[in-house]
Amino acid sequence: MALLFFKRAIEDFRNNRLLNVVTLLTISLSILIVSAFILFFINTSAIMNFWKTGLRVMAYLKADIPRSEMLDLRHQIQTMSGVESVKFISKEEALKQLKAQMKRQASLFDNLVKNPLPDAFEIRMSAAAQSWEKVEFLAAQIESMNEVEEVEYGQKWLGRFTQIFDLFTLTGYAMCTIFFMAAVFIVANTIRLVIYSRRDEIEIMRLVGAAERFIKIPFYIQGLLQGALGAAIGLAVLFVAFLFIASNIEQGFFSGLFNIQFLSLLISGAVVLTSMLVGWLGSYLSLKQFLKD
Amino acid sequence: MIDADDKSSVIRMFHVHHNYGTQKALIDITLDIFKNDFVFITGPSGAGKTTLLKLLYLAEAVTEGQVLIDGMNLSRIPRKRVPFLRRKFGIIFQDYKLIANRSVFDNVSLVLEAAGKKRRLIQKKVRSVLRLVGMEDRQTALPLSLSGGEQQRVAVARAIVGDPKIILADEPTGSLDDDSAGIVMDLLRGVHIRGTTVIIATHDKDLIRKTGGRVLYLKEGRLDASSFIEKDYGTSIF
Repeated sequence: MALLFFKRAIEDFRNNRLLNVVTLLTISLSILIVSAFILFFINTSAIMNFWKTGLRVMAYLKADIPRSEMLDLRHQIQTMSGVESVKFISKEEALKQLKAQMKRQASLFDNLVKNPLPDAFEIRMSAAAQSWEKVEFLAAQIESMNEVEEVEYGQKWLGRFTQIFDLFTLTGYAMCTIFFMAAVFIVANTIRLVIYSRRDEIEIMRLVGAAERFIKIPFYIQGLLQGALGAAIGLAVLFVAFLFIASNIEQGFFSGLFNIQFLSLLISGAVVLTSMLVGWLGSYLSLKQFLKD
Repeated sequence: MIDADDKSSVIRMFHVHHNYGTQKALIDITLDIFKNDFVFITGPSGAGKTTLLKLLYLAEAVTEGQVLIDGMNLSRIPRKRVPFLRRKFGIIFQDYKLIANRSVFDNVSLVLEAAGKKRRLIQKKVRSVLRLVGMEDRQTALPLSLSGGEQQRVAVARAIVGDPKIILADEPTGSLDDDSAGIVMDLLRGVHIRGTTVIIATHDKDLIRKTGGRVLYLKEGRLDASSFIEKDYGTSIF
């Protein structure tokens, strides 16, 4: 029986080629757009995590603080929530590092009478505390200490970027929902047209004693096939676009820093299943209405 | 072959009324149709012949009254059981109602597929009925490539392939020439001889006279005995 339903679904697909191609293209386009969003989010998240890995807070100290107070201060910071490690960088060490970093211009420092750099603590955050809010809270706590002149967390822009990214994520969810609904609506309507063009046939089936299940199942299979095929086409187009864009990006800004990834097998599978759900839901809704009439 | 004296009712109607909006199509119909009956429902156009048949296979629901098929009260049948009721019938329509894009074989096999029969049985049964109606050689043809008479023979094949208890035929010869009509009526007679109850709605007096059988005469939605002239039909009145 399953083979019969499948055969009938394929026959129906062939007999209503134009309508089915329109449905297929609609699903493909929706999948392409939604998958492109997913791809963007996955890679952007990965880039942000990559940047966050090096998240540190620099606490610059006031001049001439006795060593004993520094040890005390270090202990206080070390016991704060979210702090993984605290490293003291003396102003001499800082100057040495600066000179090392500015090899060619190192001679500029030769005429310095006094080391202008302050002593500092380099504070590394634990992995669990790398949310932007926690970093800000910690920085404010440290900055309120008397011995601390200034606190700097060099990637302040990351906070802004995180906010923008969160906004994008929200927009992405909204877009995905809209595309999901639009795809269901369009699939439902094209399948309704197919059903309408076959209303006599359906009527005859009912008259000869066909149960609703017998009438519905080929349409459900058709919807599922359209969903699967649409997803395959959408993902294939996305993959080609990805290859083209990724090769350009990797040669440019992110060269050697970061590998842009395509959707994993798991996510691709989830996209195909969701697309099949869209196809089935379209069939289900239009059949429900049609067979009720 | 069924015993001709076996008079158990397969269809019973009690004070059945049917309205289309405010228009009364059937008024106070009470009748019995027995196992292995061969019944004509006749009367002028608009008398309610087709409506009466539609009430039997639940294409229309009664407005008032009771219809019993094989002991089942149609007003109590849940929607899900309607296909099972319809499998008791083989229905033949004046306009054949064949599926245009399916072959003769597929049109006939549909009934058995819908009933969930096995593939091998379907093949065997469909070939057998197509042979019976003389359409075995045209089983791969599409309906529109057939003549009217051939299409109606396919419709008869579809109606009998599921071994229904009752054949309902709505003007089965209405659009056929005399020869084709004769073939179709012979087929229906053959089915009846093998034990099936046959109910034919027609306004064709000649057809009734030639074929013979019980006659139910409808006039303006009522079963009408007084207006029936037995000699017109040469057969028994209800």
